[in-house]
Amino acid sequence: MSDNLAWIGSALDAARPQAMAALLRYFRTLDTAEEAFQEACLRALKRWPEKGPPRDPAAWLILVGRNSALDTIRRTSKQVPLPPDAVLSNIEDTEADVAERLDGEHYRDDILRLLFVCCHPQLPATQQIALALRIVSGLSVSQIARAFLVGESAMEQRITRAKARIAAAGLPFETPDATERAARLSAVSAMIYLVFNEGYSADSGRSLSARPLCDEAIRLARLLLRLFPSIPDIMGLAALMLIQHARTPARFDVDGGAVLLEYQDRSLWNRPMIHEGLSLIDKAMRHRRPGPYQIQAAIAALHARAERPEDTDWQQIERLYGSLERLQPSPVISLNRSVALSKTKGPAAALELIEPLSDRLSGYFHFHGVRGSYLLALGRSDEARIAFNRAIALANTVAEATHIRAHLDRIAHNDPATKKTEVALSGKRTVIRPWARQQK
Amino acid sequence: MLYAILCYNDETVTTAWSDEKDRETMARLAAVEARLAQVGRLGPVARLLPTTSATTLRKGRDELVITDGPFAETKEQLLGFFIIDCNDLEEALSAAHDLARANPEGGAYEIRPLAIYKPGETRA
Repeated sequence: MSDNLAWIGSALDAARPQAMAALLRYFRTLDTAEEAFQEACLRALKRWPEKGPPRDPAAWLILVGRNSALDTIRRTSKQVPLPPDAVLSNIEDTEADVAERLDGEHYRDDILRLLFVCCHPQLPATQQIALALRIVSGLSVSQIARAFLVGESAMEQRITRAKARIAAAGLPFETPDATERAARLSAVSAMIYLVFNEGYSADSGRSLSARPLCDEAIRLARLLLRLFPSIPDIMGLAALMLIQHARTPARFDVDGGAVLLEYQDRSLWNRPMIHEGLSLIDKAMRHRRPGPYQIQAAIAALHARAERPEDTDWQQIERLYGSLERLQPSPVISLNRSVALSKTKGPAAALELIEPLSDRLSGYFHFHGVRGSYLLALGRSDEARIAFNRAIALANTVAEATHIRAHLDRIAHNDPATKKTEVALSGKRTVIRPWARQQK
Repeated sequence: MLYAILCYNDETVTTAWSDEKDRETMARLAAVEARLAQVGRLGPVARLLPTTSATTLRKGRDELVITDGPFAETKEQLLGFFIIDCNDLEEALSAAHDLARANPEGGAYEIRPLAIYKPGETRA
């Protein structure tokens, strides 16, 4: 692709959410809106290289897409072919007018609606993610299929099924009131975080193909922020994803093994992304309306601010997990708090905190891994071995199993260095992964 | 004489660039910067983070008003900028407050974090 055409590709991608959102409002079905947008893109590829880019690409695409779809509807209903370019002749004159109207409040609700239809409660998480990537981000079916490690036709089917469910349920076209808008924002935030975690929780074998999911999720969060600049939980969501994603270059070693937070080469972390995340969480905190994403982002920020692992402010992290526990009580969050507690008060206090969780977390890999490391640090090797064996049986990925096996090997060899490192090892692991599970 | 060259583009486009495209673009710009630097003509170079990370402090009312997001008015023009080194947004806002008290008449300060900063050094 020449530089010029590549530029058009980027402009079409950037205009997509706004254009699709408006076309969905006109035509009220995802399929027609998609076809209209595709047609507009084809015409843009023909026209823009000759005439130069329009002043407002989104407005151009909406107008051209709407006209061409109306044209198709007219043709198929009356069987009378119309000259396709006739309706486009006045485009440059009307563009300003359309842009003016797009500026209004309702275009925010258009985009919010487009995102919201993707998180319909009747859709399972995987369908929500696939649909958002296809409809809002415009990833191709084959790109999405690769990210999920499934065949293209299977993914095509998944998306078709999701669209059919949405069509059957009916789209919400009334203008939302403040309560409804807040509800939609919260559903959309959860969906965006699902997209992110689908990419972030992929192991090394899949991480490269799943990576675009993280990028897209961050892009969607920035889009929401531009529409709703003063909502602290959206800032928190964006900050959380940016700070986590910034660590991506350091998360796997050359053999594809997961590198835990404490052992990551922090010079590989993406600094601009961390700074963007830090400034967003700082902005959010000013509102003094803490929410779950903000607190998780604040915890991630404390890790990001520590130049070396030993500089980590575990006391503050323990307090933040405490706030999170009060906000959304969950045994997984208590488990995470115990890791921070083990750093500040030692393994005995941490073990005491998690013992009451054993019923609810008995099937949870991280519980046994973390518990084993506390027991080991307390010199209770036999109990530690039992806990680690339980963890291996519950491991979800090869990396998780390998990690625990290393603990067991050290017990077997009675390595004197073991005690020192165990708590640290399992500690950082829980800081990252359980969030992924938690949200699903 | 010193000139500032200010960069404008649609950030929804530039933030959607692939890593590869971003690297290539930055490398081409860096080659131009290197030529200017060699003859002592390159001052500070900065790349700003997206406007979604900005906070704006409005002056010229009874009290200063802080809003989330970038400076979005079109009636005022960009007149200058400061680069400050801070630990967090609160420190940056406090510096902006000091500036606003020193020059309380109208206008606004947009506080935006940097992605890249190269101090540079000119003959001037």
